[in-house]
Amino acid sequence: MLTTYDTPDQRNLLDRTGQGIIGAPLDRPDGPLKVAGQAPYAAEYDLVGCAEGVLVGAAISKGSIAAIHRDEVLAMPGVLLVLSDKAMLRRPAQGGAAQAPAQDVRQIDYHGQPVALVVAETFEQATAAAKALRIDYDDQSGSGRFDPDALDFAPGEEPTVLGDIDEAMSKAAHRVDETYRTEGHASAAMEPHAAIAQWDGDDLTLWGSLQMVAPNVKELADSLRIPDARVRIVAPYVGGGFGSKLGISHEGVAAALAALELQRPVRVTLSRQQVFETVNRRSETRQRVRLGADAGGRLLALGHEAWISNLPAEDFAEPVTQATQFLYGGDNRYLAVLKGEITRLTAGSVRAPGEAVGMQVLESVMDELAHKIGIDPIELRKRNLPARLPGQDLPYSSRKLFEAMDEGGAAFGWSKRKPKPCMTRDGEWWVGMGMASAARVNMMQPASAQVRLEADGRVIVETDQTDIGTGSYAILGQIAGEMLGCPMDRVEVRLGDSRFPAGAGSGGSWAASSTGSAVFRACESIRIELAGRLRIDSEALELSGGIARGAGKEAPVTRLLAGAPLERIGRIKPGKTADNYAQASYGAFFCEAGVNAFTGEVRVRRMLGAFGFGRVLNAKTARSQCLGGMVWGIGGALSEELQFDPRDGRLMNHDLAEYHIPVNRDVPPIEVLLLEERDAAASPIQAKGAGELGICGTGGAIANAIFNACGVRPRHFPITPDKLLAQLPDPFAEIAS
Amino acid sequence: MRAFDYARATEAAEAVGSDARLLAGGTNLLDLMKLEVETPARVLDINRTGLDRIEADGEGLRIGALVSNSACAADARVRADWPLLAQAILAGASPQLRNKATMAGNLCQRTRCQYFMRTDTRCNKREPGSGCDALEGVNRNHAILGASEACIATYPGDMAVALAALDAWVEIDSPSGRRSVALREFHRLPNGIAHRDNVLEPGEIITAITLPAPVRGRQIYRKVRERSSYAFALVSVALVLRMDAGRIAAAQLAFGGLAHKPWTDSRVAEALLGQKPSPALFDKAADLLLSGAQGQGENDFKIPLARRTLAAVLHDATKE
Ligand SMILES: Cc1cc2nc3c(=O)[nH]c(=O)nc-3n(C[C@H](O)[C@H](O)[C@H](O)COP(=O)(O)OP(=O)(O)OC[C@H]3O[C@@H](n4cnc5c(N)ncnc54)[C@H](O)[C@@H]3O)c2cc1C
Ligand code: SF4
Repeated sequence: MLTTYDTPDQRNLLDRTGQGIIGAPLDRPDGPLKVAGQAPYAAEYDLVGCAEGVLVGAAISKGSIAAIHRDEVLAMPGVLLVLSDKAMLRRPAQGGAAQAPAQDVRQIDYHGQPVALVVAETFEQATAAAKALRIDYDDQSGSGRFDPDALDFAPGEEPTVLGDIDEAMSKAAHRVDETYRTEGHASAAMEPHAAIAQWDGDDLTLWGSLQMVAPNVKELADSLRIPDARVRIVAPYVGGGFGSKLGISHEGVAAALAALELQRPVRVTLSRQQVFETVNRRSETRQRVRLGADAGGRLLALGHEAWISNLPAEDFAEPVTQATQFLYGGDNRYLAVLKGEITRLTAGSVRAPGEAVGMQVLESVMDELAHKIGIDPIELRKRNLPARLPGQDLPYSSRKLFEAMDEGGAAFGWSKRKPKPCMTRDGEWWVGMGMASAARVNMMQPASAQVRLEADGRVIVETDQTDIGTGSYAILGQIAGEMLGCPMDRVEVRLGDSRFPAGAGSGGSWAASSTGSAVFRACESIRIELAGRLRIDSEALELSGGIARGAGKEAPVTRLLAGAPLERIGRIKPGKTADNYAQASYGAFFCEAGVNAFTGEVRVRRMLGAFGFGRVLNAKTARSQCLGGMVWGIGGALSEELQFDPRDGRLMNHDLAEYHIPVNRDVPPIEVLLLEERDAAASPIQAKGAGELGICGTGGAIANAIFNACGVRPRHFPITPDKLLAQLPDPFAEIAS
Repeated sequence: MRAFDYARATEAAEAVGSDARLLAGGTNLLDLMKLEVETPARVLDINRTGLDRIEADGEGLRIGALVSNSACAADARVRADWPLLAQAILAGASPQLRNKATMAGNLCQRTRCQYFMRTDTRCNKREPGSGCDALEGVNRNHAILGASEACIATYPGDMAVALAALDAWVEIDSPSGRRSVALREFHRLPNGIAHRDNVLEPGEIITAITLPAPVRGRQIYRKVRERSSYAFALVSVALVLRMDAGRIAAAQLAFGGLAHKPWTDSRVAEALLGQKPSPALFDKAADLLLSGAQGQGENDFKIPLARRTLAAVLHDATKE
């Protein structure tokens, strides 16, 4: 079987295996372990003689270290080592970088940047010593750039230019040209970053909290300048990632260096504040969107420009216009991302980089246009879905956007939406409805997995794929169980160890479809082998309940195995299907929100998302991903915002008391509709990405509901009360009438 | 966290004259000790001093200093006669925190100014004389009334705002005997001295909070915040109001999120008395409340927000 995926696999084999396992809403096998405390996280391994390391953050924003007063601290009780090594990282590696060249922590790029590691016998001793460590700086903070509006911007990528947008705008019958803002987001996950490093001669084992084991091995080896083969990473359970654990980060490299120096295991755990201050943030954005439509509401002009920021040394530029490339038509286009260099912590891939903030704004501006033209927002979107990818003339592999809007709208009761704002009042609250499209690019990543059919018929799946709370254990097992006709209690999935074949890692919504396809292919090889042993064509093979049958023949699988296990590695990597089709997952969000007529507080009252992302591999884990995305969408729309000190770029709300994610009470009943879809161009299991789609546009639906409720068009996210107050209609006006 | 000596008191008298920091629920003190914002050498645990009873006090109520916030909010007498207090407590923190938090600890909770809560900034409250980084920094949560160049922080709590509106008193045991301070006088304005939040002197312990006889009328605690729980107030209003023949017959008010203490201003209630409720009257009350208000930049919005919240609460309390 070819490794690259060049032609869509139309056989839809998983629809014919008939086990009822694939797609079923099965519980995650790791769930009971997690609630019972039996799923150890990175910091929770008990290693004999483990020393404790605490990182020290820079007290300045820019400059270098002149002196570190090590001796004072080394004299403190229990202190073993003060490390400030050239090989340490000051910024985490970007997702999939597969390299992490030495960065020299003695150069300071942002406030709070790791500059040293203090190691002691106990965590308390290390914490006290880290706090006491005196550092002299050559302080260049004065030359830092702290105002995201006053940076020098340069293109982050080649702009997309089609036709003449200015001319098209001038000719348009209806036009909107507005600038929006979104504030930065934290990627902090429930489990703070942690690592334990242990050397055995030249061999390093790192227990880490990481999303992409195979590239992380390369990154760690690169920063230590040792061969990849000397590094083993173990990360079977990861308590959330959101992009913050895509690349190797400072705690892992520092733990490895200290363990080498001390010749004993070292654990480094980031405090919650350090997580906020030193791992990836989502960049704040300024976005100008231009839409020009003809009298019939068809787009002639589509402009989307974004200004984002990152550290001078970082190439990553939040790909804000990613979905704008393929979602709507319009022959005259201008899409660009401009990056400015700022003295703030590293910006990187945070759940749905690009779409999370880009769709939020694009979908708000689409609502503005629909309102201007006076047509239903769904109708405007329907009129502008291109038949083929604009500019590149490629077909769409699959697109359930129409269905999502229709079925979602029907289930939500969209027809009851009032066409104009300020028409529904419930006590102090203006109430309105809004909708938005959901779209997120689909990507496949190279992946491999091993499947072993044991002589007794049990199935073992092994890959370094991580499960960051998303359901990898569940769905990879389901694919194997379905393909090999093996009940789930006889399927075991082992993940997150670099000794296993390299999966795709958890990122970019690709884990399920990529690593799932590798498992699928390994199973297919096993099926072909079993069919051969039964002397039938593999197409005719049926596997169920431990029996292989087909073409009138039948035998217990264990007999075909004849006492020996059967082991295959499945591999896949993107091929021509990736180039020949525009691939994305789609959906639609519907939201009902209340805006307090007096205070401008916004509360989401109910929400519905309808999504099509190809085959649903597990209806429960898929739904949970959608729910989680929409909950973050509520946060991004209404409360989440990194607050930086304007004078030195230091992050001021660096914990979960001050950085406001939604609480239970902010999350109303949310309904999720999963639409039947098969996308053979996306993967041989006909699945696309699901993990990020739920956050790609949610905020737009909420903002549009706010407009529909009270007539104020919020153009600055998060939409906190202060941004609505000035324009809110007189709270008494309606009550009087 | 710095090392400290720990002792446990079995009666309040042990705390009187002690130079130790008193530990009640610990939900604020321990957090700040972990951050090394608070670095007491000695900590005296007062949880077993028996000050955890709610008792009738004439027509009023005497609530022990160590009564948990949850227990107070759940008390049948409180719910029936001083519902404002229950509402305000339940508007704060989370159930777990309220189970641990005590009445006195809640009164003495420290500001949530983000510069105060870390040790690498200039903050007069944490380190007298060092300056105030909030003046030109992140100050969205800060004061618009009664602030001083020395400190623009707010008192963040909810419960004390209700207690101020209810005319509660704070009972304090000090080396020179027992004294009582009106809740309205308990917290102080910075007036150039930022490090003292309230009038408690070293060696004193709060033993109880007392409520006078219940006041008739509608009681409303309204807390405004961008998320609906587990966040401090941007602005809050505590109101007790009674109508008589279409006119406002009695009104007691206090405001949270605006100043270094629960804010009270007798002119506001006076302007309302004997009047027929109307948007114009609410505006007039807000004019008086906010006549001296000054924004710090990021928190300018609190001025219109306080006006509108007051209007919402007055409207709510006076409608038929
Ligand atoms: C995440 C979070 C969110 C929160 N949200 C809110 C909110 O929305 N609204 C709100 O009002 N509060 C909120 N709180 C604060 C909470 O109400 C306080 O932490 C709590 O009330 C403090 O009570 P405690 O008994 O734990 O005090 P402790 O932490 O034990 O003590 C606090 C202070 O009071 C002093 N003290 C305690 N008892 C006495 C006494 N008898 N005499 C003299 N001094 C004494 C202590 O020495 C210490 O200085 C929140 C807290 C957290 C952590
Ligand atoms: S406002 Fe007060 S608490 Fe905040 S930094 Fe200034 S002095 Fe400190």
